[in-house]
Amino acid sequence: MFSGQLHTDQVFPYPSVLSEEQSQFLSELIDPVSRFFQEVNDPALNDSLEKVDDKTMSGLKELGAFGLQIPTELGGMGLNNTQYARLVEIVGLHDLGVGITLGAHQSIGFKGILLYGTPEQKSKYFPHLASGETIAAFCLTEPSSGSDAASIRTTAKKSVCGRYYTLSGSKLWISNGGIADLFTVFAKTTVTDPASGETKEKITAFIVDRGEGVSHGPPDKKLGIRASNTASVHFDDVRVPAENVLGGEGNGFKVAMNILNNGRFGMAAALSGTMKGMIQRAVDHTANRVQFGNKLSHYGGIQEKLARMAVLQYVTESMAYMISANMDAGSKDFQIEAAISKIFGSEAAWSVTDECIQILGGTGFMKDAGVERVLRDLRIFRIFEGTNDILRLFLALQGLQSAGKELKTLQKALAQPLSNPGLLLREGAKRARRKAGLSTGLSLTPHVHPELKRSAELAVLALEDFAGTVEEMLIKHGKNIIDEQFVLQRIADCTIDLYAMIVVLSRSSRSLSEGLPTALHEKILSDIWCSEASPRIHQTLNTLRSGGGGAALYRNLRSVSAALVENGGVVAAHPLGF
Amino acid sequence: MALRAMVGVKRVIDYAVKVRVKPDKTGVVTDGVKHSMNPFCEIAVEEAVRLKEKKVVSEIIVVSCGPQQCQETIRTALAMGADRGIHVDVPAKDYERLGPFQVSKIIAALAKKENVNLVLLGKQAIDDDCNQTGQMTAALLDWPQGTFASEVTVDGESLTVVREVDGGLETIKVKLPAVVTADLRLNEPRYATLPNIMKAKKKKIESVKPSDLGVDISSRIQILSVEDPPQRQAGVKVETVEDLISKLKESGHV
Repeated sequence: MFSGQLHTDQVFPYPSVLSEEQSQFLSELIDPVSRFFQEVNDPALNDSLEKVDDKTMSGLKELGAFGLQIPTELGGMGLNNTQYARLVEIVGLHDLGVGITLGAHQSIGFKGILLYGTPEQKSKYFPHLASGETIAAFCLTEPSSGSDAASIRTTAKKSVCGRYYTLSGSKLWISNGGIADLFTVFAKTTVTDPASGETKEKITAFIVDRGEGVSHGPPDKKLGIRASNTASVHFDDVRVPAENVLGGEGNGFKVAMNILNNGRFGMAAALSGTMKGMIQRAVDHTANRVQFGNKLSHYGGIQEKLARMAVLQYVTESMAYMISANMDAGSKDFQIEAAISKIFGSEAAWSVTDECIQILGGTGFMKDAGVERVLRDLRIFRIFEGTNDILRLFLALQGLQSAGKELKTLQKALAQPLSNPGLLLREGAKRARRKAGLSTGLSLTPHVHPELKRSAELAVLALEDFAGTVEEMLIKHGKNIIDEQFVLQRIADCTIDLYAMIVVLSRSSRSLSEGLPTALHEKILSDIWCSEASPRIHQTLNTLRSGGGGAALYRNLRSVSAALVENGGVVAAHPLGF
Repeated sequence: MALRAMVGVKRVIDYAVKVRVKPDKTGVVTDGVKHSMNPFCEIAVEEAVRLKEKKVVSEIIVVSCGPQQCQETIRTALAMGADRGIHVDVPAKDYERLGPFQVSKIIAALAKKENVNLVLLGKQAIDDDCNQTGQMTAALLDWPQGTFASEVTVDGESLTVVREVDGGLETIKVKLPAVVTADLRLNEPRYATLPNIMKAKKKKIESVKPSDLGVDISSRIQILSVEDPPQRQAGVKVETVEDLISKLKESGHV
């Protein structure tokens, strides 16, 4: 995408990975899970108890909800990512607090064992984890290490005999920290390079059982997801056997990032469920509430809100299942997409829930309506598992890196023009056409249903504009682009908008080709999204280009921020003078 | 002596679905509509499973008559705790005309073949509301029946059934073998847990045809027309009592 190309095989056609049997099995699971959340779970009670009610907790364990992705032979349900996403969507629809309890357990808590565990580690831990008898937690964040995960201070010293490590340190805001018996802990270890003999500080992941030296703080008081337990966890000279190292000594950072990358699609799925619930609430209200002599649904102001809510839900859902399908099909290259889905889903859900409350008016603001809880519960999704701000930088940099590599090949070719004349000719022509405002010949026509032709053209134009600007940015800033966060944020925004366009085009094309009864509705949702995302992208890109006014704006923003920091708060004099 | 129980389960349009009549008025739209187990059948399955948990019942066989998709309903019952299933394969076209009489003949034949002592059924299905299958099955088998059960206890060779009758409860004692139909308050069915759904995949479902059982499923009923309930007509507001009376007179109500 960053170099103006589309690897269409990853996005077109919209993937279907479930075999008939997997799909059949999944459809059997949906009913009991939905019924459990409708009949047994009480989100308002969980919220006020500030824990998942005991009856629900034991019900969830019995239901099998704690081992959805654990292999069947080790007591789990053996679900793939797509099947998991579908069930998590139901959880998100009903209770995000419970969702976090389950997610902290299996999406991150023991995901490391699923991804990196040895057969011994799996067979030792999985049966207890699947039954929910043992709850897991993921321990990365520390008091002085939040977004900057590489800066953790917890240490693990290897014993002289090499049979165990002594682990010490404190972890902060750990979901399930107070109720877990098994922890995936990241700690600094001294690793000796076998070749050079040099020693280095590197992060290693450990599986730590609750036992001597492991303690936790009281449950943290929070804005939302109160049902989910959050606590600090302390490790005081905890002896961890060497066989509990996860993913190899010194590989901890990679392990941590991979666990998080592998879990993000689940958030998008859960949040698409949340949005579904909010839309239903809003629609119910607009179809029944009469003001000024008409149902609310009669008014354009409300119609616009509902339509936008539906578009955001459609985009998020399309992303979640596209990514889960690609993961299930064996793709290893989904980090950027997963990050986009987490950013998009968490912001879309916030906006949808906020609008739901707005439509409900005073009713929505009241606790009894149960919507304010959802808004509180949602807020954390923009913060945890990689804040949206850090993820934006991550995806911009990841994209720029690959575009940069391509540009370098081109520069090399330029230095020795005779070595690869074909490449130069091709790229030269592409750039010349782009400069002249012509299309570079990129087309989505073979992949997109004819009904969506106009929106597909908008996507291609946006993509080309994007790639051209990215190249200009790379040439202008070179390596220093890493520090240009104003630019990076904007590149990320465009990336998200663009990816969303392509995903909905793909999904609605499939629906049109299959002649689904809702195909026309989906086409309209896609058209709305594309028609609004496209000018947004062009406008943002314009400000980035030289002469686009971006630089002046960033200078101003920088100076305001500096003045605020200098002054310890607001700088401008009060209009009354005191 | 532990009993062998047979439970009938019917696949019906889910209770939450808004039913639509087919344009040609021969029935209701079933394609692409969510189906699930008839709620009264669910109660019957739950009762059988509870009796098995009390070790009163040794084996639970679930039976469903209809097209291929009935196997999903049987799977649900297996996930709730039944031991094996029998799918009586009736093609969709014939199924439209399959009524309580045909189904009770099938169940009676299977009850004899499988040598069961207890047949548990829902009191009625929420789609056709017939409330006949249990009674007819008992008649065909010449067994006693305990219909509309809200409590069932087994003592030795007989059953005590508390029945929901107009105006109260009636307690009867019937000799085994017997047919029992479940009413709403008999129990609250469990939902199938995910591990049990998985285990149910391994349980056996045998498929038979009505002809294998020597049952003739030809119907003696012809459906003339299926209609939507009449739409409620909009009312009028009247200003005074006099107006009301004159309107009522006009319409011939007074």
